Amino acid sequence: MSKTFEVPATQLPQPSQVRSGLGGSLHWFNTPRGRRTVTGYLFVSPFILGVLLWVVYPAGMAAWLAFQEWNLITPAKYVGLRNFEIMFSDKLFWQALKVTSIFTFVSVPLSLIISFATALLLNTKVRGLAVFRTIYYLPTIVPAVASAVLWAWILNTDFGLLNSVLNYFGFSKVAWLQRPEWALPAFILMSLWVVGQPMIIFLAGLQGIDDVYYEAAKIDGAGRWAQLIHITIPMMSSVIFFNLILGVINSFQVFTAGYLITNGGPQNGTLFFVLYLYRVGFQNLKMGYGAALSWVLFFIILTFTVIIFRTMGRRVYYQE
Amino acid sequence: MNTEITINSAEPSQLQSPAKSLSREEKIGRFIIFTILLVGAVVMMAPLAFLISSSLKTETQVFQVPFQLIPNPVRWLNYLEALTQKPFFLYFKNTMIIVIFNQIAVLLTSSLVGYGFARINFPGRDFWFAVVVATMMLPYYVTMVPQFILFSRLGWMDTYLPLIIPYFFGGGAFNVFLFRQFFRTIPEELADAARMDGCSELGIYWRIFVPLSTPVFITVSIFTFLFSWNDFIGPLLYINSPEKFTVALGLATYRSMMGVGRTRWDLLMASSVAMTAPIVLLFFALQRYFIKGVVMSGIKG
Repeated sequence: MSKTFEVPATQLPQPSQVRSGLGGSLHWFNTPRGRRTVTGYLFVSPFILGVLLWVVYPAGMAAWLAFQEWNLITPAKYVGLRNFEIMFSDKLFWQALKVTSIFTFVSVPLSLIISFATALLLNTKVRGLAVFRTIYYLPTIVPAVASAVLWAWILNTDFGLLNSVLNYFGFSKVAWLQRPEWALPAFILMSLWVVGQPMIIFLAGLQGIDDVYYEAAKIDGAGRWAQLIHITIPMMSSVIFFNLILGVINSFQVFTAGYLITNGGPQNGTLFFVLYLYRVGFQNLKMGYGAALSWVLFFIILTFTVIIFRTMGRRVYYQE
Repeated sequence: MNTEITINSAEPSQLQSPAKSLSREEKIGRFIIFTILLVGAVVMMAPLAFLISSSLKTETQVFQVPFQLIPNPVRWLNYLEALTQKPFFLYFKNTMIIVIFNQIAVLLTSSLVGYGFARINFPGRDFWFAVVVATMMLPYYVTMVPQFILFSRLGWMDTYLPLIIPYFFGGGAFNVFLFRQFFRTIPEELADAARMDGCSELGIYWRIFVPLSTPVFITVSIFTFLFSWNDFIGPLLYINSPEKFTVALGLATYRSMMGVGRTRWDLLMASSVAMTAPIVLLFFALQRYFIKGVVMSGIKG
C-alpha cells in the first residue's frame, strides 16, 4: 500500500535551489528565457556568423576601399574623394549607367506587361494549360552561359535564326551584334525570352483570386475590361509589385550575357554596369575605384527601390 | 422546398452554366486565345529548336542559308567531338564536387537556421530575421570586390573554397526564409508533445520537422543545384587553372579557345545542349517543385 502525498508546487525544490552552487549570474541560463535565447542563437549562429564574415566585413572593407587606390600588389594609398572625382568625369561610367538604365527602363515594363498578359491568357482554362506553362517556363531554366552562347548564335548576322526569320518575312538583315544601336535592343529582346518566370508567379496569383469577385462584378454588369482594371489588377498589386522590384534588381545585375556575347561592345553599346565594374576591379585591378563604383550603383538602386516603394507601395493591396 | 433562381442577363454569353455548351462568342474567344498562346509558344521554343538543330548539323550545314530545321544528315558525332575537344567530363566532375558540397551545406544550415527563426522565440529574433530579409535584397556586386580581396588574403584563390564555404553559414538568406515560412506551418502541438517527452530542440528539429518538410528540402535542393550548376561569375573570379574549370566556365571559354578558323558553332551548340540537358531532365522529373518554389517566393515575398 502506498500513500500519495500532495506537495504544493512552491515547496518543491526549485531549479535555482538545486543548482545553487553555480552562483546567481549563471542562473539565467536555466530559466526558460535563458534556455530559449541560447538555443535560439545556437541554431541561428551560422547565419549570424555568415552575415558578419561575408557581408558586414566586406561591406566595411568596401567602404574603406572606396577612398583608396589599390591594385592588390602595391600597398593601398589613401586618396580621399579622388575616386569619385574620377568617376564624375569617367565617360565609361556614364555610358555604363546609360546602358543599364535604358535596359532597365525598357525591358522591365515590357517583361511585366508580356508576362502578365500571358498569365491572363493562360488563366482562361485554355486547353493544354500545363503544356503551355511548361513551354513558357522552360527558357528560364537554361543556364545563363548556355543561353548567352545560344543567343550569340541566334543573333549572328549572316547565319543566325533571328535574321533568317526576318528574311523570311521580307525584312533585311540586321547586324545585331555589330551595330551599337542594335546591340542593346538585341539584349532587351533576349530578356523577353525569359518572361516565363514572372509569368508563373502571376499565374499563381491570378488563380488565387476568388471567383466571387468576378461573379459579383458580372452581375453588376461589368465587362471584361472593367473586371481587369477594377478587380484583377488591384488584387494582383502585391504580386505585380514584387515582380517589378525583382525585375529592376535583376536588370541591374546583368553580367554573363554582356560579358560573353559582346563583352560590352560594340563601342560600349552593351557596357552593363556590373560588366564595367568587373573590368575596372578585376581586369584593371583598380580595387579602390571598383569599390567606389559598386557603392554608387548600390545607392542608385536603393534610391530607385525606395522611390518605387514610396510611390507604388501605398497602392498595394495585401490579401491576408 | 425547391427554390428556383432565374438569372436574367442581357448577354447570355457572359454567364456560363457548366452543363451547357459554350456560345459562339465564347468559342471564338477561346480559339483566339489558344492561337495567340500557340504562336507565343512557337516563338518561345524557336531558340531551343535552333539550338538542338544546329547542334546536330555538320560544320558546313550549320552555315547554310536559308535555315533548315531538320538537319540531314543528323550528326550525333558532334556531341562526342564537343565533349572531348575540351575535357567536359572533367568539368562535369569538378562541378559536381561543388554541387555536392553546396547541397550539404545549404540543406543543413539553412534548415537549422530556419528552424531557429521559426520555432524558437528568442530575444532579438525579429531583428535578425529582418537582417535575413535585408540580405536577400543585397545585390551580389556590392560585396564582389571586397570578398575577392578577403578570399585572396585567405589564400583561397584558384580553389573551390570561395564557392563552397560561404554556404555553410546559413546557406543563403532566401533558403532560410523558405524554411522558416514552411516550418511555421507545422503545428506547435507536435513540438510541445516532443518537448514534454524530454526531446531537445535539435531532436525536435531532426525527428519531427525534417521528415515533415520533404517538399521544402526538395525545392531548396533544386534551387541550390541550379545556382551551383549555372554559376559563372563565381568560377570566373576564383578559378584560374583550366583543369579546375566548371562546366559553366568550360563552355564560356570554349569560344576563345577555338583558335584560328571559323567558330565551330555546331560544336558550341552541342556543348550548350550538354550543359542544359541535365537541368531540363531535372525539371521534367521535379516540375512540381520548380514551379512551387518560384511561386512560393513570389507570393510570400
